[in-house]
Amino acid sequence: MSFIADSVLAETPAALDLGAARRGFRGRIRGLRAFASGGLPAEELERRLLELGFVEGAEVELLHQGLFGRDPIAIRVASATIALRRQEAAAVLVEPM
Amino acid sequence: MNEMSAGLRDLRIALVGNPNCGKTALFNTLTGSRQRVANYPGVTVERKEGSFLSPGGRRVQLLDLPGTYSLRARSPDEVVTRDVVLGEQAEVAAPDLLVCVADATNLRIGLRLILELKRTGRPLLVALNMFDIARHRGIEVDVGRLSALLGLPVVTTVAVRRGGTEALLAAIDAQAPPGEADAAWSAPDAAGLRTLQREADRILAAVVRVPDRRDAVTRRLDAVLLHPVAGLVILLVVLFLMFQAVFAWAQPAMDLIEAGFQAMGAAVGALLPEEGTAGLLRSFLQDGLIAGVGSVLVFLPQILVLFLFILLLEDFGYMARAAFLMDRIMGGAGLHGRAFIPLLSSFACAIPGIMSTRVIDNQHDRLATILVAPLMTCSARIPVYTLIIGSFVPDRPVGEGAWSWVGLQGLVMFGLYAAGIVSALGMSFVFKRLLWRGQPTEPFMLELPDYKLPRVRNLALGLWQRAKAFLRRAGTIILSMMVVIWFLSSVPRPPEGATQPAIEYSFAYSIGHAVEPLLRPIGFNWQIGVALIPGMAAREVAVASLGTVYAVQEAEEDAAQLGQALAGKWSLATALAFLAWYVFAPQCVATLSVIRRETGGRRWMWFSFGYMLALAYLAAFVTYQGARALGAG
Repeated sequence: MSFIADSVLAETPAALDLGAARRGFRGRIRGLRAFASGGLPAEELERRLLELGFVEGAEVELLHQGLFGRDPIAIRVASATIALRRQEAAAVLVEPM
Repeated sequence: MNEMSAGLRDLRIALVGNPNCGKTALFNTLTGSRQRVANYPGVTVERKEGSFLSPGGRRVQLLDLPGTYSLRARSPDEVVTRDVVLGEQAEVAAPDLLVCVADATNLRIGLRLILELKRTGRPLLVALNMFDIARHRGIEVDVGRLSALLGLPVVTTVAVRRGGTEALLAAIDAQAPPGEADAAWSAPDAAGLRTLQREADRILAAVVRVPDRRDAVTRRLDAVLLHPVAGLVILLVVLFLMFQAVFAWAQPAMDLIEAGFQAMGAAVGALLPEEGTAGLLRSFLQDGLIAGVGSVLVFLPQILVLFLFILLLEDFGYMARAAFLMDRIMGGAGLHGRAFIPLLSSFACAIPGIMSTRVIDNQHDRLATILVAPLMTCSARIPVYTLIIGSFVPDRPVGEGAWSWVGLQGLVMFGLYAAGIVSALGMSFVFKRLLWRGQPTEPFMLELPDYKLPRVRNLALGLWQRAKAFLRRAGTIILSMMVVIWFLSSVPRPPEGATQPAIEYSFAYSIGHAVEPLLRPIGFNWQIGVALIPGMAAREVAVASLGTVYAVQEAEEDAAQLGQALAGKWSLATALAFLAWYVFAPQCVATLSVIRRETGGRRWMWFSFGYMLALAYLAAFVTYQGARALGAG
């Protein structure tokens, strides 16, 4: 269901998933590669991410992380700040800016 | 509208918008105190309605819909919002106008919802709220252009300022007759959502300058409040201060209420004779009515202080941060990070807590939260805890010097709250393992809104609604229970020339004695047995019942001296067992009925009643026997 085909992403080695990003990371969303998580099918996770503004082209910054396992994380997406877990953030593919 | 002319009936308007867009503040400003909330206080969960007169003289019925990010309706809350918007909600007439509230400082997500709403074909009016903050932050919005691009009327609002809603009111008066709904509406899929968000982003680029400048205050505060270590420490300190305040701040008001009811009781006592039928009436008024109502009303100040803190943290924007900080800890117990807010609300009362679990989409996550929410120490337990702590725990500082500001009583209270929290987390862990093995917890995703200064008006309205709800409870369930308890403990009257205290001839004495064998292993006497029964109707009634039982028994003693009476009659082990019992005590009837409603059947209601009763008995047994073994018997 991802908007940008995986083959395109493969050509840009700079793309990485937001779940692995460090605090202070700044980047732009390249695409979503949703998977089934937390009992949600891939399609539903993708829709939830979209509803919170995780759409291709949006700028993101990893602002904060929790104490245990550096989880959850707080992501600045354009004009909003969203808290989520690294597990689900891994569905967001980003390129550093 | 149909056959009726617009001037004849009230205009029906519904407020729709994202969570945190300031919708409720706008609702409060428009309707003031002319609002009706469902019986139970909570955070924009139940149906909230109000009315006001527009400047053009039109009576407007305003409905505040639960916040949502889209019309897809994943949770029961969002289902209500969708159905009202589409005019499909039972018992709610389709609104004549939807006012879509969007946060001007964070238009991006709001704009997508507006576009989604536009597709329903319902009459729409866009209110750009918090416009002053946006302007202050250098965010420039070309309102005219936005309106043209959306093809919708757009007004700017500042919900928290007088006059900040003038443009909205004018637009409501100018509102054209509604169009027909698009019957072909269907929930958007991922591609649809993408298209809508891109359209929103395109419009944003055209009408907004500096769209995503971050609030400097929020940035600086979050650096500390969301710090991995400092943030958790601060959260603990905030909760600790909250419970200290519940005790310290409320005391003067409580003393005043107590004195007032004592004076009232004395006045009635002076008017009526002690003997005969008038004596029965005197006993009813003095020991049943006045002492009973007084012993419950006296806790209103504490409940208000607690709610004040919860409302302050909510309005300030800290609640979402608390959920962020607690997510891993909650997750360890098998709870969703979002469960933190329902559980924190349950500190005030389990009813709004259980109702606000509707924000949790997954059925099992939600059920686990509902089952453990009553374990959080609700305000109805405060009277019980206060009475026992006040009678058995000395009022002195914990230590010298740096610790002299921490009271021992406050510390014990904190310990009881902690016991509630730990057992709630432990039980949810157990439930998740036993009942829904192998089912993962839903992803945690939550918007962290910018911090905002809480507004006095919103706080006052929120507190007033909660005070009203408590007083209504005190005036109905609790009062009627008190009358029943007084009856049981006063009738039959002792015969002429009786040598024993009057209560030993009453029904209460027989009932208390009948259950005493069951209660002896946990250190409870028959007076407690009498008090426990109505305590299940509403926990705080247990205190009033003890008051009644002991007041009737000790006719000469003052009912208000209940604490001293208990200190003389109960052993420390019994007092501790009583506290342990109330950490787990089966919830009140109102909570049970909410569980039945929210879980859709009696099964989970009886389940939670049963497991809490078993836990309460076990905890009291262990505490009593343990304390006796240590010499506190």
